[in-house]
Amino acid sequence: MPAMIEVAGLTKSFTLHGQGGVRIPVFAGLGLSVAAGECLALDGPSGSGKSTLLRSLYANYRPDAGAIRVRHGDGVVDMMTAPPHQILAVRRATIGYVSQFLRVIPRVPALAVVAEPLRVLGVELAVAERRAARLLARLRIPERLWTLAPATFSGGEQQRINLARGFIAGSPILLLDEPTASLDHANRLTVIELICAAKQAGTAVVGIFHDREVRDAVADRVFDMSRARDAA
Amino acid sequence: MSAPEALLPDALLPDALLPDALLKVAALTHLYGRRVGCRDVGFALWPGEVMGVVGESGSGKTTLLHCLSGMLAPSAGTVHYRTRTEGWQDIHRLPEARRRLLMRTDWGIVHQNPRDGLRLGVSAGANIGERLLAGGVRHYGRVRAEAEAWLGEVEIDRARLDDLPSRFSGGMLQRLQIARNLVTRPRLIFMDEPTGGLDVSVQARLLDLLRGLVRDLGLAAVIVTHDLAVVRLLAHRLMVMKEGAVVESGLTDQVLDDPRHPYTQLLVASVLQG
Repeated sequence: MPAMIEVAGLTKSFTLHGQGGVRIPVFAGLGLSVAAGECLALDGPSGSGKSTLLRSLYANYRPDAGAIRVRHGDGVVDMMTAPPHQILAVRRATIGYVSQFLRVIPRVPALAVVAEPLRVLGVELAVAERRAARLLARLRIPERLWTLAPATFSGGEQQRINLARGFIAGSPILLLDEPTASLDHANRLTVIELICAAKQAGTAVVGIFHDREVRDAVADRVFDMSRARDAA
Repeated sequence: MSAPEALLPDALLPDALLPDALLKVAALTHLYGRRVGCRDVGFALWPGEVMGVVGESGSGKTTLLHCLSGMLAPSAGTVHYRTRTEGWQDIHRLPEARRRLLMRTDWGIVHQNPRDGLRLGVSAGANIGERLLAGGVRHYGRVRAEAEAWLGEVEIDRARLDDLPSRFSGGMLQRLQIARNLVTRPRLIFMDEPTGGLDVSVQARLLDLLRGLVRDLGLAAVIVTHDLAVVRLLAHRLMVMKEGAVVESGLTDQVLDDPRHPYTQLLVASVLQG
């Protein structure tokens, strides 16, 4: 299986200028590789840099040094050096990211929020909304909520909207930050099914799973953050 | 891909790597006497991309916007626009008449003060229809129907079509100005604080409308604003300005979630949590 993500020499620190320029190292010289159809679980205590690494893979955080090579279409893009325009293209077509928080325009209905990643790929409205409806039903979001804006939804409902949004485009790479944190047992099982189906389809998954049951069910390998942290 | 090329600011990339850009800006500088308006700004913008520009008052945001949109001649630097029929043109070297035509048809310019972008002596419908007529539409019924539809899009009661804008509230004037600019389906729109002074519900509706146009029609936009929440929801990319210079730029979420420059960190840390 070809590598979908290859990270080498990745170093990240934060410099807080408002607080005397204090520098907080997170990790240094980090390397990993994830193949198509494989799920890598990031492991380590709170503050060990799991979310920072995940956000770096999405080019949301900008590491200080290293390379993040991502298979995008027929080529490879280094998320560390690619111009903004190209990173946007990689995010649209290649990387799905499920964060812990839903950030959306107020007043936009849940169905449209979920359909959006397909719409930006040029999929027509009816097709995108049908697929969004299927995912929302599968994640047990009651149909009466589909036409409402998610701002007033519960934490668990918002998380499921976020998950539906992350899974809808069938991205070749999925980054999952605590995807089951606020979910009940039945929905956790559904998320496990979705992740396993994505892997079957060849998606490379990198995730943070505090839930042991979820992690054991989906992860092929565990990446220990403490090694990279000690180096920093 | 080769790293050395990618490290160049994108305005400096060879043309071959910028096949579809709509706007290319290089070393754009404007001086007011010895005072710096904006200095050495460069970027490229693609169809379907929204560039946000943030910074405190007096940081040069509006000066930059005026230079980009052809309203103000820069002291140095260039603004190239890819026209529909004649390829790349330096907009500040175009004859005045050609530039005016572009501004009326291909571009939209939404002013901070809606009174600067509207004709207060003619009806709301005429304000919207005027740009259609300038673009060559001659069928009166169609102009009126389009004007009415756009009033609806920006959530102004369609019954106000024949009213004079002087009777409108500030928020309604801003929405009317936006409708007037969008009616010709511009390829590129420049907006100065477009959602300032709007009720939050109308603001949300407008953001959604703009997002739809960007996504479905490939509209590109440069938006100057104070509001980091608006930028977060609307802009793909962001430039942070201070004292006329761009001190930090990148994808919007990069700049807001992982700010590097002391000024950007201060800006992000100062936002009140809603």
